[in-house]
Amino acid sequence: MADTMELRDIEVWDGNMAASHALRQVQVDVVAAYPITPSTPIVENYAGFTANGYVDGEFVMTESEHGAMSCCIGAAAAGGRVATATSSQGFALMVETLYSASGMRLPIVLNVVNRAIGAPLNVNGDHSDMYMGRDSGWIQLDSYCPQNAYDLNFIAFKVSEDHDVRLPAMVHQDGFMTSHTAQGVHTLPDDVAYKFVGEYKPMNDMLDLDHPVTHGVQTEEDWHFEHKARQQHALMTAVIPKIEAAFDEFEKLTGRRYNIVESYNMDDAEVAVVCMGTSVETAREVAEEMRAQHGIKAGVVGIRVFRPWPLEQIAAALKDVKAIGALDRSSPHGTVGALFNEISGSLFNTDTKTVLTNYIYGLGGRDLTKAHLVSIFTDLKANADAGKVTTPLQQYIGLRGPKLSFF
Amino acid sequence: MSEMKKIKNLKDFSTSADRFEGANLLCPGCAHSIIVREVLNATNDDLILAASTGCLEVCTAVYPYTSWDASWIHIGFENGSSAVAGAEAMYKALKTKGRLKQPDRVPKFVAFGGDGATYDIGFQWISGCFERGHNMMYVCLDNEVYANTGGQRSSSTPIGASATTTPAGRVSYGEKRNKKDMMAIMAAHGAPYVAQVAPNKWKDMVAKIQKGFAAEGPVYINAMSACTTEWKFAPEDTISISDLATDSLVFPLYEIIDGTKLNITYRPKNIVPVRDYLGAQGRFKHLFTKQYDYLIDEWQTRVDAKWDYLQRREEASV
Repeated sequence: MADTMELRDIEVWDGNMAASHALRQVQVDVVAAYPITPSTPIVENYAGFTANGYVDGEFVMTESEHGAMSCCIGAAAAGGRVATATSSQGFALMVETLYSASGMRLPIVLNVVNRAIGAPLNVNGDHSDMYMGRDSGWIQLDSYCPQNAYDLNFIAFKVSEDHDVRLPAMVHQDGFMTSHTAQGVHTLPDDVAYKFVGEYKPMNDMLDLDHPVTHGVQTEEDWHFEHKARQQHALMTAVIPKIEAAFDEFEKLTGRRYNIVESYNMDDAEVAVVCMGTSVETAREVAEEMRAQHGIKAGVVGIRVFRPWPLEQIAAALKDVKAIGALDRSSPHGTVGALFNEISGSLFNTDTKTVLTNYIYGLGGRDLTKAHLVSIFTDLKANADAGKVTTPLQQYIGLRGPKLSFF
Repeated sequence: MSEMKKIKNLKDFSTSADRFEGANLLCPGCAHSIIVREVLNATNDDLILAASTGCLEVCTAVYPYTSWDASWIHIGFENGSSAVAGAEAMYKALKTKGRLKQPDRVPKFVAFGGDGATYDIGFQWISGCFERGHNMMYVCLDNEVYANTGGQRSSSTPIGASATTTPAGRVSYGEKRNKKDMMAIMAAHGAPYVAQVAPNKWKDMVAKIQKGFAAEGPVYINAMSACTTEWKFAPEDTISISDLATDSLVFPLYEIIDGTKLNITYRPKNIVPVRDYLGAQGRFKHLFTKQYDYLIDEWQTRVDAKWDYLQRREEASV
């Protein structure tokens, strides 16, 4: 039996420490991992818990991130709770196996501490790795602060391991901004946290020696399509209701409310930005100031569930705004930003008539300041008043040198 | 405790319980199926198996069919070793936590991969698994070529073989590099047991697999797997080609214990010239011209030197 750890009601934890404690508390059976900045402390903290008797599962330090996820897949297929953590280049190295994990319908929780992807090499936070995972068939939950990184891990295990879902889940947090910034985190006692997620219930487990199973078969044109369609169907129909139910249950337990789409000041908003990660909190603060100081009815929509993309909830959140700024923290390389595209897809075929523009910001850890957001909200107000796009469709925020906007 | 089969003769062996079904899509005459049956039939214990992408994988688990009557997993080309290592880690975790469904049964963990998946693309993953000391067996089905994709060279392809990416041509005799010595590399990991086997020497193979299963820690088996399609010989000649391979000492049968102690396990009564082994296969046909006589001589010299080296190691008990 692993030892219980007595926690204070509020601990001062950074996002990495918060995630590490969540993994400890749900008593993961196998963590197979490889260190990479800025997610390394998750692995180090967990190693420390193991070395001091707070973990009685297996902790496997592999030779690479690809090896880590490969071990996670083998362990999950064997039949138990599995988790790991990575960032950036390591995430990129894992990508092949991410598709395997979801295609094999294996519940695995991956903490992704978001970081830019080189070249040029960069250790700081942006959402390039998160975006790289968006077609991989994983559930993607997004944290804005260390508290979220802690809480969303419990949600991720609960949903991912549900037999109606059986899909792996990522919990994202911003590199350094969340992962290395210590804040007050409300904790759950070990037994309460474990009970919320519940006992792992194996399904098609290789270690059930009386019922051998074959995992990872070949399918060609005769069956591949049916498998992928079922996977997509589960992701698009089963997951959102399960997350909602888990959010409800979590609120009853903790008083902390999470939503599929987080709306702030949106009831009467005329203009809104849509963003993810730590930017949501900055944008909320600026939206308040826009209302108080500039008389602009500004709102913020934070993405909590990036995959599956909640089309209807996004459309509902944005239905009455006259101008929207989609803030993408990843270079789209050859098109508009992912959030711009997703929001367009959510609002098309609806009655909403709005003006949508795209802002690329924060690449490689560049700050998004309050002044930047003031200028964005001011742009959006001009668009709302004109009823059309008055700026370039896609602009860079906080970029030095000449303006390099497009469209 | 692990239960080993007592196998007296080939008839006994061929009728023992089979967890690898004859219903598979491997080529007639493929040595893979012979080797896999010999490995699985060496134990009565439960088995947790993995395969890397390759001939064995694509021919035995095409949905909605499976040829495996034991739990089996495939992820990708490079990570069959890590797949089974992950399952082994889960076994240990559930054992510690008292959650095994059949706690009194101790399964064996075995990964199969071709030489492409072993010598080349999966090398890092295997090395990682061996360094970490997982309790598993890795069996390389070594047919010296990427057979599943139509005969491209791997780092196991020997000098002079014509492969599709190193074809023999007007100005080339085919593959230019000598085969990588995986046995030495895996022994250098300090593995408790490393052995080279061949399907024609089934008693030797079964003894080695059983030794491997009895060892604690990662075990590497390099299994010579004559490939009718890419080595270009008639399907009914698989065993006679295998005999030529072991009797010419191109594939010497030996084991290395704890990374150091080397034992030769088969000494041919009559050593066959390497020329006879090469001459029986279409992939070396182009060498049999005056121009390339020297290559065949070099082959013989290399095989003699290796045999001499193995004997000296055995004598010195190192």
